[in-house]
Amino acid sequence: MNAHAVSPNVELQNMRRVVITGMGIWSCLGKNLEEVRQSLYDGKSGIGIDPERIAYGYRSPLTGIVERPALKGLLDRRARICLAEEGEYAYMATAEALRNAGIDLDYLEQNEVGVLYGNDSSAKSVIEAHMHTLETKDTTLQGSGAIFQSMNSTVTMNLSTIFKLKGINMTISAACASGSHAIGLGLMFIRQGLQDMVICGGAQEVNYLSMSSFDAISAFSTRVDDPTKASRPFDRDRDGLVPSGGAATVILEEYEHAVKRGAPIIAEVIGYGFSSNGANISQPSDLGSCIAMERAMKDAGVQPTDIDYINAHATSTLQGDAFEADALNHLFGELKTPISSTKSMTGHECWMAGGSEIVYSNLMMLNDFIAPNINFENPDEHSQNLNIVPKTMTKTIKTYLSNSFGFGGTNSALVIRKMEN
Amino acid sequence: MERTEIIKIVNDFLIEELEIDADKLKDDALLKEDLKIDSLDFVDIAVIVEKHFKIKIKPEDMKGVKTLAQFYDYVENKMA
Repeated sequence: MNAHAVSPNVELQNMRRVVITGMGIWSCLGKNLEEVRQSLYDGKSGIGIDPERIAYGYRSPLTGIVERPALKGLLDRRARICLAEEGEYAYMATAEALRNAGIDLDYLEQNEVGVLYGNDSSAKSVIEAHMHTLETKDTTLQGSGAIFQSMNSTVTMNLSTIFKLKGINMTISAACASGSHAIGLGLMFIRQGLQDMVICGGAQEVNYLSMSSFDAISAFSTRVDDPTKASRPFDRDRDGLVPSGGAATVILEEYEHAVKRGAPIIAEVIGYGFSSNGANISQPSDLGSCIAMERAMKDAGVQPTDIDYINAHATSTLQGDAFEADALNHLFGELKTPISSTKSMTGHECWMAGGSEIVYSNLMMLNDFIAPNINFENPDEHSQNLNIVPKTMTKTIKTYLSNSFGFGGTNSALVIRKMEN
Repeated sequence: MERTEIIKIVNDFLIEELEIDADKLKDDALLKEDLKIDSLDFVDIAVIVEKHFKIKIKPEDMKGVKTLAQFYDYVENKMA
């Protein structure tokens, strides 16, 4: 492995600073920040069994169990019928984030706010529209909402309509790094002075139609006898990931803009790193992972010694966790930096994960704890020298690193710093 | 099907699905201007008409239909 040398970013002083002024979450750990904070602290798993997957022919019926929000009364009919499942979650997470940021519809009507959100499928909507037309031989009978639910950009097209957004409006599709890249790109848009505020995050559908092709390649754990033990990143006895979903939103805002507005400042996004492995379509790379992490730290102007916590991508697959562990050993092995994968509790939230794991890590940073990498009972030869946190740990986090890696070799890493008020 | 039954099914759909106030559903109500039914809504009206009245309509067939009464007429004539 030939990783890049880390050097401070000399241009940092000239950059516009970017902070997080609101966040929201809808996941298998809870339907708002407080529920999720408690689940993280308690090390509570959100994994269960979906009977529909058994009937459909899945190899593994394990999944994150995510409740569908009741939107009648919150959104009008037109908005509701254009929202796919993942869009519903994204709406709930974004509404919570905007509330926390002190942003209302009047503000959004009068100011230019953008949206960059990760999403990489809307399978159920596509399949159901197709099945309906196969039966009826009449596309009109798909109804008027199908097209707006079916496109990959369904989340951003709906959020921008519902919240009257007038800035950058784009979906980021980058497999399981989508949500992280979305935040990284939001950072870039604000730093460059193109936007003052961007809604960022990631969304993931959870229905049985969305994950069958992933199940087809035997990527999922089959530990069905005890679902809460199935997702076990870095553990010697892991046997695959557990798919999951929901949505997570962060409001990125230029620092001076946030101060002037009197906004609550949660954290500062100080570094974004990326890379592409340029190799195997499904196999990760320790080198690619290192490049993304080093680039993020260089962008942030920090050294590995400055990182107090790493939220690992680790999904509980044999290969993925091993490559990430090798990369973490290379950069942080001597430092014994605390590491956990919240996917041990959530399962793999895929397109959403890069967004949700920023929300999860921010909740830890705000509340001085590290959420556990549950089910880490025995290390393997790759993880044995890492400081993986198996139980909830009290810890002051000033700066953390969050990793996200995806199919096709897309890698993203973010460095976030606590705001000292 | 009696006209009164057609009116009930159409009005129930407009109230429950399109969330239009019942007191706006007058015979001379203009579909676009008064009831705010847009081109996408007409697609969903086609779906409900197919489901309840077993007749196929295309949104483009609706160009001459301006008022609610004309819409009841349209459905009634198609079913005749």
